[in-house]
Amino acid sequence: MAKTQYYVPVGPIHPALKEPIRVEAKVEGERIVDVDVKRGFAHRGIEYMGMKRNAIQTLYLSERICGICSISHPYAFVIGSEKALGIEAPPRAQYIRTIIAELERIHSHILWLGVVAHEMGFDSLLFWTWKGREKVLDILELLTGNRINYSVFMIGGVRRDITESQAKAVRDMINYYRIFTEEMKDVFLADPVYKARTRGVAQLSRDMAKKLNVCGPVARAAGLRMDVRQDTPYDAYADIGVRAVVPQDIVGEARGDAYDITLVRIYEIEQSLDIIEFCLDNMPEGKLMAIPNYVALLAKIRRSEGEAIGMHEAPRGEVVHYFKYGNKRDGPLVWKVVAPSYNNINTWGPLLLGAEVADIPIVVAYIDPCMCCNDRLAVVRDENGRLIDPATLHLKAVEKTRKLREELGVRE
Amino acid sequence: MTPETLLYALTFPILGVFLGLVYKGVDRRVSARLTSRIGPPIRQPFWDVGKLLLKETVVPKNAVAWIFNAMPIVSFAASMTLLLYIPFGVLKAPLEGYGDLVVILYLLTLQSLAMAIGGFASGSPFSSVGAQREMVLMMSYEMPLATVIVGFAVLYKSFSLTTIASTPVWGVAGPLAAMGVLLLFVALLVVTPAELAKLPFDIAEAETEICEGMLAEYSGRNLALFYLSDAVRGFAMAALEVVLFFPFTLTSILNLNLTGTPYYVVEALWFLFKVMVIYLLAITLVRTSFARFRIEQASRIFWVYVNIIALVGLALVWLGV
Repeated sequence: MAKTQYYVPVGPIHPALKEPIRVEAKVEGERIVDVDVKRGFAHRGIEYMGMKRNAIQTLYLSERICGICSISHPYAFVIGSEKALGIEAPPRAQYIRTIIAELERIHSHILWLGVVAHEMGFDSLLFWTWKGREKVLDILELLTGNRINYSVFMIGGVRRDITESQAKAVRDMINYYRIFTEEMKDVFLADPVYKARTRGVAQLSRDMAKKLNVCGPVARAAGLRMDVRQDTPYDAYADIGVRAVVPQDIVGEARGDAYDITLVRIYEIEQSLDIIEFCLDNMPEGKLMAIPNYVALLAKIRRSEGEAIGMHEAPRGEVVHYFKYGNKRDGPLVWKVVAPSYNNINTWGPLLLGAEVADIPIVVAYIDPCMCCNDRLAVVRDENGRLIDPATLHLKAVEKTRKLREELGVRE
Repeated sequence: MTPETLLYALTFPILGVFLGLVYKGVDRRVSARLTSRIGPPIRQPFWDVGKLLLKETVVPKNAVAWIFNAMPIVSFAASMTLLLYIPFGVLKAPLEGYGDLVVILYLLTLQSLAMAIGGFASGSPFSSVGAQREMVLMMSYEMPLATVIVGFAVLYKSFSLTTIASTPVWGVAGPLAAMGVLLLFVALLVVTPAELAKLPFDIAEAETEICEGMLAEYSGRNLALFYLSDAVRGFAMAALEVVLFFPFTLTSILNLNLTGTPYYVVEALWFLFKVMVIYLLAITLVRTSFARFRIEQASRIFWVYVNIIALVGLALVWLGV
């Protein structure tokens, strides 16, 4: 008797997904025998909007690319812009930027831990982690004035200082999270049920991780020692000498499964606490902005020409912004954003194949996907400068995918 | 059938539905408090049922409509019948002369079966996967559940619940058998969340995986009936555990000399309190402190660990009698 096969559609609207994407899984009983990931449900055109505005307006637009990484995109933006325009931020501003970026990493990682607990039906843990996360959101609000879109970065500096009393509050927060991470290690890493649900699930080998071009915690969980803060240090990270957190340093081996990624994320929270503490201890004195006058800044941008790539290690992986300034415009001529989820979503196909239906939410959640990071207007030109139409682009993509599948031995 | 039986038969289901929904409300509230939330008011399940009854009942295009519509009624009827077999404190079960523990076992199975068949009939892939899971889960937990019931039959030489309720099990059993009964109780406690499709065994309804599974396509009146039968089943299961393992009356514990109405009122309240304690321990606390298992993990838990506990319990009971 032939086995009955069902198509289980996950998304664009599904309880496991908070954003639109479609995973079509063909299942035999509980086993997934075929899978197709379809993306492109969110259309925002943020890059196009950015190219119509001046650089300062675009900076705050870039915060809106993602709701969680709302400092990562501006960070990559200011670094790229500063490189292109030849501006250097004062040391104090660099340290403040680093502190805020690391605070964001803490809140993003704790949020992810809650989400993955929710995906496996452990809602108590979701509420507990999110309750713990409130503290860092409060601190962010104290430092920047906002809980989500902080609007604190500026090309060539930051807009707000960290005062002594604020620094004391941040130190209190560090003490709080030192205890909280220890508790999280108990609750997540030592819990037998959590272990049973995540060990061996979404297992990504080192070679596969390299082939799929993954980045961020996903790559580090697979044992690849890669981190923008370590490889191309910027701002205060250059003084600290960040070392990427990989499971082999902590437990001796990297299996690259959902358990390892939890491990990496929890230990990264500790690392972030260390970084913040270092920055507070060694905060240089000085001004906050290289060019405090916005009119002067825009005038300088209008006079400048240049292109650069700004990179920042967001909680999810590396965020890359490419800029081109010139042509007497006060905004970027070209602005191209690559978000980490774009690379990491590639892992879904190979990982879901042969997995169980019960593993779909964990495989989907373990990369911490962000659809609105991914979908922006893209204009692709061939080597002769001609626009490539969507049909040709689709064919090229199919060819590429086929080649990748052959290499990985997936299907066919 | 005496007029008394008829009266019971009419009042018990109404009381059962009311209590089931109240217990569900308390369960939600306590679970919320355990996770630092405020939670809905206790009357929320009543509002939920009311809202569902007002809403449109949608039947999917490719569903087998008559099976799809019939199954909620079967499930609801089964849960109502179930109530009539469970002695309510010192009151006798209305249908005690017409069935016993084995019937209860079948009625409990019938509800899960109705949900699974309804899921298959709905023609939705989520429901089909959910129904498959429910069948696997049923096959896993029926064995320990049956073992528990056989254990009681060995002990009492009878399947009648009223006999069991009238003489507490701890008085009948010797020390060895008492240990066996304790193991049976543990096995039944583990089976309870699976029987009621609650975490960590709500695999068939897993929200984040298959969007509530078997119930994915149900709406309006049909969903309300499933909701009600689920509420009643929760109450009935906890009541069953109380009747089997803690049938002590308050008057016997405190040596009270009560008669007439006060006696019945006090005993009824005592019974409800016991059921509440079991409900909170076996359902609320467990579902707040566990993650959902995968289906093969759940099967292994029941087939290996819970089965071993139940069989050892049965063996001890058999040796101790």
